[in-house]
Amino acid sequence: MLQLTDVTVRYGGTAAVDDVSLDLDPGHVLAVLGPSGCGKSTLLRAVAGLEPLDAGAVAWDGADLAGVPTHKRGFALMFQDGQLFGHLTVARNVAYALRLRRMPSARVAARVAELLELVGLAGYGDRLPGTLSGGERQRVALARALAVEPRLILLDEPLSALDATLRERLAGDLRSILRAAGTTALLVTHDHEEAFALADRLAVMRHGRVVQSGEIDEVWRAPVDEETALFLGYARVLRGDAAARVLSEAALPVAHAVALRRSALVVDPAGGLRARVESARVTPEQVRLVVVADGVGPVDAVAPLGSRVSPGDAVGLRVDVTRLAVLPITAGG
Amino acid sequence: MSPGARGRVHRPPGRHGRARHGRAGRRVAGLLLLAAGPVLVLGVLFVLPVTGMIAEGFWVDGRFAPGAVLEVLSRPRVHRVAWFTVWTSGVATLLAVVLGLPAAYALHRLALPGRSAVRAALLVPFVLPTVVVGVAFRQLLGEGGPLGFLGLDGTPVAILCGLVFFNVAVVVRTVGVAWESLDSRPGQAAAALGASPWQVLRTVTLPALRPAIVGAASIVFLFCATAFGIVLTLGGVRYATVETEIYLLTTTIFDLQAAAALSVLQIVVVLVLLAVAARLRATPDPTAQRVVAPARVVRRSDAPVVLATVLVLAAMLLPILTLVLGSLSVGDGWGLDNYRALTTAGDDQALLVPVTTALATSLRTAVDATWMALLVGVTVSVLVTRRSHSAAERRLRSGLDGFFMLPLGVSAVTLGFGFLITLDEPPLDLRDSPLLVPMAQALVALPLVVRTLTPVLGGVDDRQRQAAASLGASAWRTFVTVDLPVAWKPMLAAGGFAFAASLGEFGATSFLARDTSPTLPVVIFRLIGHPGEMNYGMALAASVVLATVTALVMLAVERLRVPGVGAF
Repeated sequence: MLQLTDVTVRYGGTAAVDDVSLDLDPGHVLAVLGPSGCGKSTLLRAVAGLEPLDAGAVAWDGADLAGVPTHKRGFALMFQDGQLFGHLTVARNVAYALRLRRMPSARVAARVAELLELVGLAGYGDRLPGTLSGGERQRVALARALAVEPRLILLDEPLSALDATLRERLAGDLRSILRAAGTTALLVTHDHEEAFALADRLAVMRHGRVVQSGEIDEVWRAPVDEETALFLGYARVLRGDAAARVLSEAALPVAHAVALRRSALVVDPAGGLRARVESARVTPEQVRLVVVADGVGPVDAVAPLGSRVSPGDAVGLRVDVTRLAVLPITAGG
Repeated sequence: MSPGARGRVHRPPGRHGRARHGRAGRRVAGLLLLAAGPVLVLGVLFVLPVTGMIAEGFWVDGRFAPGAVLEVLSRPRVHRVAWFTVWTSGVATLLAVVLGLPAAYALHRLALPGRSAVRAALLVPFVLPTVVVGVAFRQLLGEGGPLGFLGLDGTPVAILCGLVFFNVAVVVRTVGVAWESLDSRPGQAAAALGASPWQVLRTVTLPALRPAIVGAASIVFLFCATAFGIVLTLGGVRYATVETEIYLLTTTIFDLQAAAALSVLQIVVVLVLLAVAARLRATPDPTAQRVVAPARVVRRSDAPVVLATVLVLAAMLLPILTLVLGSLSVGDGWGLDNYRALTTAGDDQALLVPVTTALATSLRTAVDATWMALLVGVTVSVLVTRRSHSAAERRLRSGLDGFFMLPLGVSAVTLGFGFLITLDEPPLDLRDSPLLVPMAQALVALPLVVRTLTPVLGGVDDRQRQAAASLGASAWRTFVTVDLPVAWKPMLAAGGFAFAASLGEFGATSFLARDTSPTLPVVIFRLIGHPGEMNYGMALAASVVLATVTALVMLAVERLRVPGVGAF
């Protein structure tokens, strides 16, 4: 089990990672989610032993790893762009760690074949990395990282260099591969979709600090503050009277602030909230609206595909309670 | 991605086919027109003399008689000379690489105090006049020298030391610049996969540096195999390489056939080596920014590398130090007498002009050689780095690139002698032209200019030029807007480099300089050859002066911080 206790890494005067504590149980995948520059990559490099700590400890099963160099930690690191060795074939890349351990070549060959099968690249062994697509390269990088069954795999934005469709497909594959191998993984990313696709636990990081952590759906359902909510994909945060108006419509207890996803308000003639449509845009799934609601102000809403709504129309709205989150902040916060 | 595939524009075939053909034809024609100037210059001043020299051997009394040349190549002495050239160059290359690698790492990756000054100082030996280095090593290893007890004077070991001294800098530069911009993440990925620092070096770092290392090694081998002044001063007649043998055969024995045969042999070997070096030279990817890794804080585990670097530096400082001390020693004491004597013509009238006059001649000649080398070099660099639109055009450009590298490896002696025998009748009677020596020196410096500028101009993303052109800039305007801002410093650096190389040029100059207006290296060589303690002291003092001027020029060049200078 990986334990980070009060980990701090400074660059010059500023703390890139500031007093971070996290636990990761075997077999779980933890995503550290944060905007670029929040220190998440530094945290990952610190766990790998590539950045010296200024304070705190990284421990595995209770044993402090200070002084253990990267190559003796048994943590595989997978870079954003794979970092395959360009002068080695795919098979030699995957076999890299096995050959370092002087595994007999027959067993190496068998293991490489097994791993390439696992990542869906059987028969690619003799290719050079330069001839592969971005997605294929990431798969090879994954196979290479998994080869010696590392006790922890560290993933640095493994999908963000890929285009949207490929990302979605590889995310599913990656998740099932990690599950199948039973690997413990620490993932850092700025993309909440990537985090949801791969992880079961989530830690949100900002300005070097972890502001919230927990089971992924817990964090998602109850962001601690406005910035976290927006980062997790909530579209708007309402405060004061506007928040009270929406919550009362949803028959929820009054609170100071509420975060709404884009689809929290749905056009429904029977809905109690009256609004006027400002703009409407058709997407493949639904019609997305911006409306000005009475007592609330400008908010997002959706209508089912095919509904005839145009700017200027007066509509009724109902609230979908599964698509909003009450924020635990008060008027001062 | 291959350089050719990058940025290739796919246009649908068909209607525009003919127009495209016409345009491509015009492009190639324009290219040829621009190339005409430099090609003509190199043709008249290089190809003509060299072929003239070679033809001298193949035509006897107006008849083509290649048999004599073949006979020369079967002589036992020629075999000995060729073998001596190959093994000394091979060993010197190996030593230069082995000694240069730790220094390349320490000076380009570690945050050592004063490393930029050391890097600049390391560049000095490379442009130091060969004659000066020869004198310095004789002073160091000769009887009464600090290392005289080793008895190395006049042995092949002395020649090896001299060759290594010259070329360590080339390895440090070429490999260091590559090492500096080497991405550290593959190494980290390997470490995370369980590779120890030594295993990372062996399996990731060295393979990534292989092009730079092999490239540097092939260039060093080339320099060693064609070294002239150093072998002549340290080896005398006893140990001859192909280059000094050509000199001996032409100037003393007047056996032009044998000289021509050896020239042909040398040119063939050089062509092969240049082709190897060109293949291995990494093509800069214009779309990728060159990232210089920040220097790492020195750790205790770096001690062996730092120690090795310090030892190499000390070993390189030793001959220079001995030279300076020797120039200051007068009789039993110290004094500046040797320097004062530089205004005279030496004991027994060893020289026709005072040394100071020779220095003035050298400076004037080097200025002329510099502008010539820059004029041709910039044109060539622009030509060969422009993006090619067709395979024919690309072949043409890379052919030109290789063509202008030729002077790098062809014997300066062959060139010098060729000048004498081919440029001696109208319309090309240049024997009495004051520009003859500068022209020969400019040719020797030309590859240095081209090698400094092409990585810079090739590193400019062509889309920048396309953007400028699409905004209405003419070709000239595009050059001023896009290329000049990144290239002016390298141009200045290349100019300084060419100036320093011209100052020290000895091989070709020794043939061409008239007795009444010799350059400083020629004078130094003449002084060593003349008996008399005063003359030797003057040679030492003149060497120090020449080395100081060269060093100052190179320090100024280093201040421009152009990574490509001295890297091949």
